[in-house]
Parts: sequence; structure tokens; C-alpha cells
Amino acid sequence: MAVRDYLRERFFPHMWCPGCGHGIVLNALLRAVEKLGIDKSDIVMVSGIGCSARISGYVDFHTMHTLHGRALAFATGIKMSRPELTVLVPMGDGDALAIGGNHFLHAARRNINMTAIIMNNRIYGMTGGQFSPLTGCGMFGTTAPYGNVDHDFDLVELSKAAGATFVARSTAYHVKELSGFIEKAISHKGFSVVEVMSQCPTNFGRRNKLGTAVNMLETYKKQTAALDSKAAADSPDKIRRGIFAQTERPEYTSEYEKMIHMASGKS
Amino acid sequence: MTQSLKFVQGNVACAEAALYSGLDFFAGYPITPSSEIMEFMANRLPRIGGKFLQMEDEIASICAIIGASLTGHKVMTATSGPGFSLMQEALGYAIMTEIPCVIVNVQRGGPSTGLPTHVSQGDVNQARYGTHGEHAIIALTASTNQDIFTMTVNAFNFAETYRTPVILLLDETTGHLRERLEVPDEGDIPTVGRLKTEVSQGVDYHPYLPREDGRLPMSDFGGVHRYNVTGLFHDMWGFPTENPKIVYGLIRHLVDKIDHYADHMTRWKEFYLDDAPTVLISYGAAARSALHLVENRRKRGENLGLLELQTLWPFPHALVREKCRNAQSVVVVEMNMGQILQQVKLAVHQPDRVFLANRIDGELITPTDIQNIIHVIHGKGV
Repeated sequence: MAVRDYLRERFFPHMWCPGCGHGIVLNALLRAVEKLGIDKSDIVMVSGIGCSARISGYVDFHTMHTLHGRALAFATGIKMSRPELTVLVPMGDGDALAIGGNHFLHAARRNINMTAIIMNNRIYGMTGGQFSPLTGCGMFGTTAPYGNVDHDFDLVELSKAAGATFVARSTAYHVKELSGFIEKAISHKGFSVVEVMSQCPTNFGRRNKLGTAVNMLETYKKQTAALDSKAAADSPDKIRRGIFAQTERPEYTSEYEKMIHMASGKS
Repeated sequence: MTQSLKFVQGNVACAEAALYSGLDFFAGYPITPSSEIMEFMANRLPRIGGKFLQMEDEIASICAIIGASLTGHKVMTATSGPGFSLMQEALGYAIMTEIPCVIVNVQRGGPSTGLPTHVSQGDVNQARYGTHGEHAIIALTASTNQDIFTMTVNAFNFAETYRTPVILLLDETTGHLRERLEVPDEGDIPTVGRLKTEVSQGVDYHPYLPREDGRLPMSDFGGVHRYNVTGLFHDMWGFPTENPKIVYGLIRHLVDKIDHYADHMTRWKEFYLDDAPTVLISYGAAARSALHLVENRRKRGENLGLLELQTLWPFPHALVREKCRNAQSVVVVEMNMGQILQQVKLAVHQPDRVFLANRIDGELITPTDIQNIIHVIHGKGV
């Protein structure tokens, strides 16, 4: 199936700014779904609020555009009631980790089988450039006009600590790698997290003098290194890309089915 | 008829009624005085193949049931004042997206954490006005175990019929009161199933295009029709729009689909109203005390009457106006600062003859309290 067959063309043009990385994420996601050959009717995409969350409108799956930060809670209800469906949850960094931080931690703890894709542009883009939990210390935003004093999360470490059983990170520059990670994340049985560093030239790049979208993509190329690569060994400061966790742990909906089997004998 | 007799708490009566209605998905977060409902569900739902989730907070709980409802399940959550406050945003989402669900609020004293183990009826206005924007809402209440059972079934029926969240406002006293409950046989109280779309696969399905009778046939999420659900103003396909005509039409639809059918969902009980110069209006636990007083005073030749409301929203203004037509005074008995009193004053011809008999200290209002207040109202002193 061609990638365009996964899109709702009547819904285009999309509302993302020129140069935004989110379209690249959409492309990588659809190529992963195409490779896996999942029927469109077997996929539910649940998103929250923000630029990232609008991705759900563009895809021809069952799609739900919910409340800021709550996508994983809605998705949990859907996955629990229909465990056979593939549940994808794209979120922004503010959506997933600030207002939605609690739901993120607990979805990871339960190890419920869904794929969280965190589109990390380090800013609240849709509301105009306020700093987020991943903006980082010293960076600028409309609510950090003198430089941000908040520290950021390391999303990979946070996800692992909370119990996610698949954790990966890539960037909008490394499209094929990203698509491969998303493919593995969807195939993984358990809570999987894919962090995508995605450029926001309009609200993050401009305020932090990072240049054009192309400059920002080049930065991703220069400042990141694949796990176990020579570049990583030579430059410990570079941000690591790769699969950081891929472990087996009992999955929530399967465990629940076992409990139903046990309890129904008592009815 | 072989009826099952139980001696249970009001919270359990509510939970039993939810199962009777076909509930098979519940998500909640523990909070006094509602927790017995979720404890019941944790025990019973897995036995019948249903799903029970203890979520990380009340916000997650209501979001999870909305998601589950969209896949075709009958769903409920239960909470109390502070948890109900947290649910308000998602309540608005369920209104906007027209996803059926039942939210039980076993009221406790407030504001804030207030009085966790004491009775209150302080959330009547929160049920109506808690979430933002313009909308209509259905909120039901009950005063006995038997009524809690009936009104819970009604709550599910209204939710499925009108595709909307329905709030069941109980209170700490009725929730924790143990008394007799006759569980009706299957079918004794009709239960309403969801209207499913008849549009076949491959044909353009409009999830938000109402039929002539106002009902919107649903397609289960995960079924053959793929569509979009959003809390933004949306067109008949569910896609976001800011077109003023569509925005106007959707608000009108959300309000009218409930307000136009208000008579269908008005439930009440009345006692000795025909010859009563003084009419008491009450609901929930307060109505138990009011009824006790009315029956007690009747024995002594004093003609009091009682109108017990079971549907609080949409407020039955016409019913109240009719029942109070011949009253010389109307006394609203409730455990708040007069939240239903305001509606009664709007309803009747002579609002200056409407008085409040209330308690707001976490204690159940007693028949003696009401009698004393009526004496003051009538200028007799205490």
C-alpha cells in the first residue's frame, strides 16, 4: 500500500509550519506501518494537544484527538477494552512529560502494549514558544526570556526507570533509522517509547538562534551519535541515538486476561 | 417474580445497578466516600469478563472510560467532590465528542478536601456548571437504595440514548446507608442499548450527523468505519472546524438534544401534595428527613407535603411550578447554601414565598432541624 493511502487527503494541507520536523515523523511512522503491513482498521491513534497532536487528523486510522496530556489515559481505556488493536500515541514533549507526566510514568509501569512517540521539539510550539520540560537549562523561550533555569529530563533514562520495556531515540534527520525504530517499537509487546528530536524553527530555533530548519537538521547530524559507533566513542558529549532498552516483562492486557480467566472460575 | 433481596450500602446498590445495566468497563481512583463502588467492581467485573482499572488519578479514570466507551462498552467511574473537580475537563470532552458514560459523585463536604466522611449536597452546581463552555447536562440523584438502583439504570439509559455523560449525584449518607435492596429480575427495568450505525463498510459514515430524531448512530472504534474524534468544534465527519455556522449548529445540538427532551428524563416522587399549604422540596438524604417530618406532622394534623426531586438537571422548572401552584410557602430542604433553592425561585410564580431549610456543617439535616426552621419561617419561633 502506498504511503498516501494511509493519509486523509481531504484534510490537507497540514497546519505545521514550513520546516517543522513533525511531517518527517509522520512519514517515518507511515513507512513503519506500511512495512509491518497492519490493516488501517486495526490501528487506533490517540493524541493529546499541541502541534504534535494534530498528526492524528492526517492519518486514515481510528483517530482520537483528546485533552492536553491525557492521550495515554484515553489510550489505556481503548487498549484495555480492545487489546487486539494496535495503539499508537504521538505526543509532544510538554504534552507527554509536563501535564501528562503522571500518565506517562504509570503507562510505563503497567507495561501496557502501546507505542508512545514523543516528538521532542523542546518547546510549546502551538501556544507560541513557552519552555517545556525538555527545553534545557540556559535556552530561551517566551516564558524564559532571561534563559531557562529549569533542568530537563533525560527521556530515555526516565522511561527505563518507569518501566518501559522498549526505549529508543532518533531524530528527524535520521529518517530511515527513525522509521526502523518505530517499526520495532510497534512490534514490541509492552510499553514502547520512541523519542524523536524534531526541529521547531519557528518557536525554538528562532529564539535560540539555531538558524533555519536545514541548519537544525544538520545540528542533529553533528551533535548526535549512534550507540556503539566510533563517533560515540570519540565524543562522549554527543547525544546518543539508538535502542536503549528492549526487554521482556509481563504485558498488562495479557496479564489481565489471565486474571479474568482465574476470576471467572469463581463466578 | 423471584426477586433477589440484599442488605447493602447505597454505594453497592449503585454498583449492582451498573452491572444490571450492562456495565462491563470501570476505571476509578480511590476516594472517600465512594470507594466501595470501585472495590465492588474490582471484585465482580473480572468474574464476568469485564475490565476494571485502578488508574493513577481521577483524570486518568474518566479519560479511560471515555476511550473504552468509544469502542462500544458501557462504562462508569465513581468519585467524590475533589475527584469530581478533577474530572471536569474530560467531562466537557465527553459532552463535546458525544461519548456515553456515567459518572457517580458521592458528595462530601467541601470546598477542597473538606469533610471526607461527612455528608453534603454541595456539588449540585458543579455538576451543571463545572466544565467550561455552553452545554446541557443530565444529573440524577436518589434517596433510598431502591431509588439508587433505579436511577443508576436510568443514568445508563439516558447516557446511551442521548450520547452524553450522565452524572449520578449521591451523597455520603445514602452512599453509606445500609438498607434493603430488591434487585429486579432481568428485564423488569428496561435497559437501553447503544444505537449502532447501519451504514455498511466502504460507505461514507458521518459520526456526527444527527438523524431527524436527534440521535447519532455510533460505530465502534476499531470497527469497520475509521473516523476522527476531537474535542475541538468539528464537522459531521469529526474533523476540526472554526466555521461559525458549524460551531453554532454544534452548540445548539449539544444543548437542544437534552433540553428538548427534558420531560422524558424528569423523575420525581411526591407525598401529600394535594392539600399542602406548605410544600417541602428536597432530594437525596435530606429528602429522607423531610419525608419523616411530613409524615410525623400529618399525624398531628399539620398539612405538609413533599416533592422529592430525582432529576436535578435539566432542572424540572415546569414540574416545580405546577406542584407549588397552590402553596402558601415552599421550603427547599438541602445540605448546601441553596443551590436548588435558586432554581425553585426561578420556577415558581411567587419567589418571595420560597425559603431555605439547610445544614452546612457536615451533619445530616434532621426532621427536627427542618421543623424548627419552618416554625421560624412561619413566625412561630423555635
